[in-house]
Amino acid sequence: MKTFLTATILSLAATGAFAAGHCAAGKTLTDGTLTIATGNPAYYPWVLNDAPEAGEGFEAAVAYALAEEMGFAADAVTWVRTSFDEAIQPGAKNFDLNMQQYSITAERDKVVDFSAPYYTAPQAVMTTTPVVEGGATATMESLKGLKWGVVASTTALPVVMEQIQPSQSPLVYDDNANITAAMKAGQIDAALFDLPTALFTAAVLMDNGVVLGQFDPAAAENPDQFGMLMPEGSALKACVDEALAAMTENGTLAAIEAQWLQEATGVPLIK
Amino acid sequence: MPDPRLSLRGVTKSFGEVQVLRGIDMDIAAGEMVCLIGASGSGKSTLLRCMNGLEPVDDGAVLLDGVDIAEPGFDLGPIRQRIGIVFQSFNLFPHMTAYENVALAPRRVLGEDARARIEALFARFGLADHMAKYPDQLSGGQQQRVAVIRALAMRPQTMLLDEITSALDPELVGEVLDVLRQLRDDGMTMVLATHEMAFAREVADRVVFMDQGVVAEEGVPERIFSSPEQARTRQFLASVLR
Amino acid sequence: MTRRAAYEARQKRRANMIAGVSTAVVLALVVLLVPLAPGWEAVRSSFFNGEVFVRVFPDLLRAFVLDVAIFAWSVPLIFALGLAIALARGNTNPALFPLRIFGAVYVDLFRGIPVVLLVYLVGFGIPGLGLPRPWNSPYIWGTVALVLTYSAYVAEVLRSGIESIHASQRNAAICLGLSERDTMRYVILPQAIRRVVPANMNMLVALQKDVALLSFIGPVEILRQAGIFKSLLANFTPYVAAAVIFLCITVPATRYADYLMNRDRDARS
Repeated sequence: MKTFLTATILSLAATGAFAAGHCAAGKTLTDGTLTIATGNPAYYPWVLNDAPEAGEGFEAAVAYALAEEMGFAADAVTWVRTSFDEAIQPGAKNFDLNMQQYSITAERDKVVDFSAPYYTAPQAVMTTTPVVEGGATATMESLKGLKWGVVASTTALPVVMEQIQPSQSPLVYDDNANITAAMKAGQIDAALFDLPTALFTAAVLMDNGVVLGQFDPAAAENPDQFGMLMPEGSALKACVDEALAAMTENGTLAAIEAQWLQEATGVPLIK
Repeated sequence: MPDPRLSLRGVTKSFGEVQVLRGIDMDIAAGEMVCLIGASGSGKSTLLRCMNGLEPVDDGAVLLDGVDIAEPGFDLGPIRQRIGIVFQSFNLFPHMTAYENVALAPRRVLGEDARARIEALFARFGLADHMAKYPDQLSGGQQQRVAVIRALAMRPQTMLLDEITSALDPELVGEVLDVLRQLRDDGMTMVLATHEMAFAREVADRVVFMDQGVVAEEGVPERIFSSPEQARTRQFLASVLR
Repeated sequence: MTRRAAYEARQKRRANMIAGVSTAVVLALVVLLVPLAPGWEAVRSSFFNGEVFVRVFPDLLRAFVLDVAIFAWSVPLIFALGLAIALARGNTNPALFPLRIFGAVYVDLFRGIPVVLLVYLVGFGIPGLGLPRPWNSPYIWGTVALVLTYSAYVAEVLRSGIESIHASQRNAAICLGLSERDTMRYVILPQAIRRVVPANMNMLVALQKDVALLSFIGPVEILRQAGIFKSLLANFTPYVAAAVIFLCITVPATRYADYLMNRDRDARS
């Protein structure tokens, strides 16, 4: 068993060395190592148990698959943690790639580089059973009447303001935990998240959470697509995009999505 | 002597280890003007403060019209309207005009808008033009006269005056002493701690020399100043009249 | 002009000239050297982007109205409660001893907890007990958090003011027959409050900045609005714009407090 493991690691390392030499060589922060950033904490279902090293959860699994595709062995992947602000502030970065559900937008693209999208996220409405019992339904008409909460650094705010156009101005929070607290306190009726986050928050963080419905990503003008964030002008971008294309081509990405984001099906579309 | 207005019986008072009053007996008749003289620290100020209960006495009795106001727990509120006190440092309220300083207590304690009476007091003591001024716009002598008016506005039967000219420049002392002469002519009962020996000799009915917390000698001013019996009285007078 | 006056005028001219030259040199060094830093271009476009500044400024100013409103309704509550606590701490009536203990605990507790923690605890915690709308509003409970903290500070400032009034003032009032209550109300408090105006002005400047902490529990005031723009535009200029708006209020207020403090010191010396 031990010999087998050693052999596997050796062979991985060998291929890694070869492939890294092929494209990413000399383009990472530390030669031979791929440094990937995630959030602090990193949330389910993107990373399980806040432990990206385990490779469990959608983004953690994508990270290791991508590393392999780019020719890095699993133990050549190093994780760091950053906030949104650290990722976009000027100056040297401490990561090669930053994965924490960054939506690709034209404005952000001026400051940093994004990879090709690795996930297209439907926006979903999370609310509570009392609100549903109060008559809220998955229609635009009904959603307008709700008190909304959103996370400041996501693209949910423009969606709420432009598509839902609620009658009361929304409240804005720093992160999902505060949204959950405000919803428990009855200060907001509904929150807009990407669907996987909505499902997790409703099921795990709330006692009476409900995912009321999702927006059809195909119908959206600018569907919310997650990209890996890289420093502006990153030399690595071409390699990453190439690897992502290969993973889409050979079905790896779809398989990971099916494994970690399976609950995302079966939520009604908002009309 | 008829029943005295104010009587002290065996009054003692200590601050910590220091015994300031060591058994004072004294009677003050209605309408009498008594001057307390003695060196600084002899207990004159403390004695005055014990007379209106501002300092609680340790032992002994302070009888005001026969009522012992030194009884521990005695409600001094009503008594204080009957005994006015004026301090060396004026203690006017700096955020109020002279008039407001005077009018506050009649309004809050007596429930009286004493405007006419207060204006008359200001006029009588030559301050009619200064009623709207703040204390820091008045001279020391003027401030001290306002302080006297403030005490008088409560219609006290007795006035306690604690070295009220000691903080004044020499040229301002006279105007304040004039006020006291007028009060004396009104028949006001007054107890006055003072260093103004000439004034005490001129106006006092009786002079009390205090030394180290006791009444060392008392009598009519003429006798105390011209032929004191006690050696320490002679010594004190010699030092201040030099 | 006397010899002395001429000398002093010369000295003053000399001092002004030295001050002017040294200021000019420092400014020139900053203006010339900072842009030479290798990262200056990136910092400039990220923090001092004119285009972004112009775009976000009107919205930030609108959001700042909410800060001013929260400030405006908090201040009377802070002073009323601060005064009540200061008086509770100062009372000597044995029957009211519990009130005195309460005042002391209140001050220790709310001065000891960082405002932002209190904003979270009160802002989410109390409505979480199940209050109905509109009584669970983050505006109400966020304000409560600010009032709790700042009234504790104001109470201490007022108490120090009360204690700074000389005992002779109290004696004079008591000897006129005024009750303890009237003595406090008419004699001690008016002087004490006047004396602590500068300290309270500084407190108000701090409060105006801390109002922004309410954004953590939902209200979209200027700091949050700037954060939204930052996230939308991936640019920090909105924060700089917000800082400029804050400075327009806080610098004059601080200067005014200093002026009052100096005037007070001159008056007393």
